[in-house]
Amino acid sequence: MDFRLNEEQQMLQDTVARLVRGEYSFEKRLEFSESDLGFSEDFWKQLGELGLTAVPFPEELGGFGGTGVEVQSVMTELGRGLCIEPYLQSVVLGGGLISQAGNDQQKEQWLGGIASGETRAAVGLQEPQSFYDLNNVETRAEKSGDSYVLNGRKAVVIGGHCADVLVVSARTGGDSRDADGISLFLVPADADGLERRTYPTIDGARGCDLFLNDITVGADALLGEEGKASDIIEYQTGRAIAALCGEAVGVMEVACDLTLDYLKQRKQFGVPIGRFQVLQHRMVDMMSELEQARSMAILAASVADEPQSDERRRILAAAKNVIGRSGQFISEQGIQSHGGIGMTWEYNFAHYAKRLIMLNHQLGDDDFHLERYATLLQAS
Amino acid sequence: MNMNYTAEELAFRDEVRAFLDEKLPADIAAKVKGFRRLSKEDHQRWQKILSEQGWYATHWPEEYGGVKWTPVQKHIWDEESCRYGVPRSIPFGVNMVAPVIIKFGNEEQKQRYLPRILSGKDWWCQGYSEPGAGSDLASLKTRAVRDGDHYIVNGQKTWTTLGQHANMIFCLVRTNTEVKAQEGISFLLIDMNTPGITVRPIITLDGEHEVNEVFFEDVKVPVENLVGEEDKGWTYAKYLLTYERTGLAGIGLSKAALQHLKELASRRLKNGRPLIEDSSFSQRIAKVEIDLMAAAISNLRIIASVEGGGVPGAESSMLKVRGTEIRQAINDLARRAIGPYAIPFVEEELDLDYEGDFLSDENAAPLAAQYFNNRKLSIFGGSNEIQKNIVSKMILGL
Repeated sequence: MDFRLNEEQQMLQDTVARLVRGEYSFEKRLEFSESDLGFSEDFWKQLGELGLTAVPFPEELGGFGGTGVEVQSVMTELGRGLCIEPYLQSVVLGGGLISQAGNDQQKEQWLGGIASGETRAAVGLQEPQSFYDLNNVETRAEKSGDSYVLNGRKAVVIGGHCADVLVVSARTGGDSRDADGISLFLVPADADGLERRTYPTIDGARGCDLFLNDITVGADALLGEEGKASDIIEYQTGRAIAALCGEAVGVMEVACDLTLDYLKQRKQFGVPIGRFQVLQHRMVDMMSELEQARSMAILAASVADEPQSDERRRILAAAKNVIGRSGQFISEQGIQSHGGIGMTWEYNFAHYAKRLIMLNHQLGDDDFHLERYATLLQAS
Repeated sequence: MNMNYTAEELAFRDEVRAFLDEKLPADIAAKVKGFRRLSKEDHQRWQKILSEQGWYATHWPEEYGGVKWTPVQKHIWDEESCRYGVPRSIPFGVNMVAPVIIKFGNEEQKQRYLPRILSGKDWWCQGYSEPGAGSDLASLKTRAVRDGDHYIVNGQKTWTTLGQHANMIFCLVRTNTEVKAQEGISFLLIDMNTPGITVRPIITLDGEHEVNEVFFEDVKVPVENLVGEEDKGWTYAKYLLTYERTGLAGIGLSKAALQHLKELASRRLKNGRPLIEDSSFSQRIAKVEIDLMAAAISNLRIIASVEGGGVPGAESSMLKVRGTEIRQAINDLARRAIGPYAIPFVEEELDLDYEGDFLSDENAAPLAAQYFNNRKLSIFGGSNEIQKNIVSKMILGL
């Protein structure tokens, strides 16, 4: 048994680490976040030039044919830098859905661009009423001759503001919470009837809600078989969960490092505050949470690209539950260990703390995945 | 044992309710209840109404314009005002510096400052913490050196809440470096418009400007602005902190926040049903409500003991820890209740006169920001770790 990355994987992770170290200072991140685009176009280009946006794609698309481990290595370093580029949304989720469900023509049209970074995708799978249940879909796609007419609203589409193409779920049959009857559509950003309400996210990135008003798309926009998208969505969000776990580990590593440094440097009552036992034990608890999260991230990566099974479902639910809880613990206890300074905009810790809490609101929080795990347990 | 209000107390509660029904401006209450921003003008408008009613200074003797409320009456006021959405009173003048001036100040200071606090002419802020002196407040370094009729003040204060609105600051300054840290501190009242004072905003992680750094560079402060005796400021500071700690448990605020959470959870959907009907979420709400119930009774026990002539001691430290944990737990649930919509930060929806469409729930926009902002509750007013030190020392003798 060997939990180390192999040489190639290590090189990949080092490449991302070097890039992030060189390009992504805390001050620059704030600039990127406030820019018109909401992230760094230049950094995104470099991700493409270095082949990093192609990591999960096959070699003929310039990719590595990477699986969960490779994607996670990239995400961990992006997490360490608190990078706000839409890698997860475009490469992992958008690219993943098209790879799995797309026909040859669709793959050819979109995947090359997504793998090179020249095209950005985003996914609209949630809705205002759906909470975290992606089978809860009320957006309708009515068939009309050779076309579909889409109506509805997709909620909190991170990276949707800058996407060239949006992959959205819509109902072609069934009732609003049925797994059956959900279809996926490729909607170009300039489609007539598409409105985007863009907003900053509280953790420094950007997203939008999509309003679909009588958008007419051709049959060639249907991604995969009509009404059968639920399993595909579940599988691809599973891959994204494993990727998010990687990001979470990167964020937690830095959050723990910053807190530990602070405990050593900050003096009160004539000694470094790290001399106080209550803070020592808290720091130890934070580190143990990080290690628990790291273990679950590794486990999640190992099943991310395996065929679907209840075992895979359970592991991914467990992993997301753990990173949700450890992320919140490290965020809150890290702030508390810092005192007021941990809550200021000017100090980077606060931004790591915010990202950890918001990670929990993406792809289902710890409560959602606990319930999912328990349901799988009962079914087995 | 009798846990009921007396007839007089019930009558007082009716009086409070009638007053709030009639006098509390609806726009201000709506802002408070929806966790929207309050302007300086909002605070001043409400303070004027309270002052006219004679209910502004509840910690002061009547001779200075205070109202003589019993601890139970203060509690009733606290409960009702939280329920109605009364703005949190800005405590630095009326509840912090004023009791110190009343107890330790000279007659001239009382005549000069107290009426200006009552009328709202002065907005006070607090100069206690420094970059190097947080939990270890006694290590503060801001120097005040006597030079004829003045002190010359140099140094830096931090975490000065709403200092951007203030025209007066009360400061702990070091006047003697030869003695033990606690024995060389003095309590100075400083006009914020004195040359040499710079206020610099500290933006918190939720993007808000609530706290500030205050820099002092050769600031000339007349010696008559010294409260009490030179080098005795630590005693006054500790006296003030007992005032600060009461009320930090925020039981009334937690009750209001819990009500808000329940309403939110009744509107938000999970699996097509209101979230509050979801068994795991309703159990989370139930747990925090039960914790709050216990803390509310603990609070009443302290109030009853003060009513009976006791002094609130380290028990209020325990209550501060519990109370702040409970409020943070409620904020956590409110953030969870909006699910993915915790992520967008739609700042314009924080303003009450926002007229556009709300992205999701009309009260969703402030919730994640409020969760982050209220991480301060377990840090300020003596961090919860410091409160536990007090309890272990004063009650347990450890």
